[in-house]
Amino acid sequence: MKLGRHFTYIVGYVASMMLTLAAYGAVTGQWLMGRWLIGGLVVLALVQLVVQLKLFLHLGDEAKPRWQLMAFWFMLLVLIILVAGSLWIMYSLNYRMTPEQMNQYLIKDEGIHL
Amino acid sequence: MSQSTTHSTAALDLKTTFGFWVYLMTDCVLFATLFATYAVLRGSTLGGPGPHELFNMPFVLAETLILLTSSFSVGLGVLAARQGQQARVLFWFGLTFVLGVAFLAMELTEFSHLVTEGNSWRRSGFLSAFFTLVGTHGLHITSGLIWMLLLVPRIFTRGLNAMMVRRLTLLSLFWHFLDVIWIFIFTVVYLFGVAR
Repeated sequence: MKLGRHFTYIVGYVASMMLTLAAYGAVTGQWLMGRWLIGGLVVLALVQLVVQLKLFLHLGDEAKPRWQLMAFWFMLLVLIILVAGSLWIMYSLNYRMTPEQMNQYLIKDEGIHL
Repeated sequence: MSQSTTHSTAALDLKTTFGFWVYLMTDCVLFATLFATYAVLRGSTLGGPGPHELFNMPFVLAETLILLTSSFSVGLGVLAARQGQQARVLFWFGLTFVLGVAFLAMELTEFSHLVTEGNSWRRSGFLSAFFTLVGTHGLHITSGLIWMLLLVPRIFTRGLNAMMVRRLTLLSLFWHFLDVIWIFIFTVVYLFGVAR
């Protein structure tokens, strides 16, 4: 039992270290490019998230009912709505403005006459 | 210790841990808003320097590994506390404190370099978002260090009683949580920033 607990921290530490170095190497050593690189970095970060949640924060180890885990899932839902929603709105502004609105914006705010 | 006190201590442990966990989850939402802001303003450099010109990656990697090591050492500190090994608790929490101070000092060095070169938060939207996100994490690290400084010396006067173990556990949760946030700062701000 005593060895077991220490062992999870050592595994978590070594795994996090390797994932961090892999992500760093992928960028500076240019092992991957463009979309593949971004995708690879996201995967490495998410794996490290799971490793640390499980082995350092012991999420999901509590007895039922697992309130901590439920609070975590709810937080994740809010987080996804917040981040994805913000990016969606901000990057689709062009698409969502009518041509008239766009012309008015260009004339009034940017001083551009087409 | 009688069975009923053992039971009530365990119940109190669960309750306080859950309460603290709810705080950590709301803090995650705070960081989510700052990440969203950063993601939106990332390209808004107003002709100023972007991530490529500003970030010193070997330096940031060193910061990251230091914080990760401190997250490991705080975990071992709590294990020692649960086993009542006072000397080990002091060693691991002492190591965590030193590593935390080193991390904070490196972050402040990075900030002061940026500011003296004219790239403060006033330079562009990108830099405002950068300083807000990374600075908020740094403030959390600072409060964690103050917490350590106030809590750990009390082991000498009060010993490793149940309340002390509970408080050390909460502190370790906070510290692990800050390392989890840093994974995403390292990835989204620094690695995405210099990726081609």
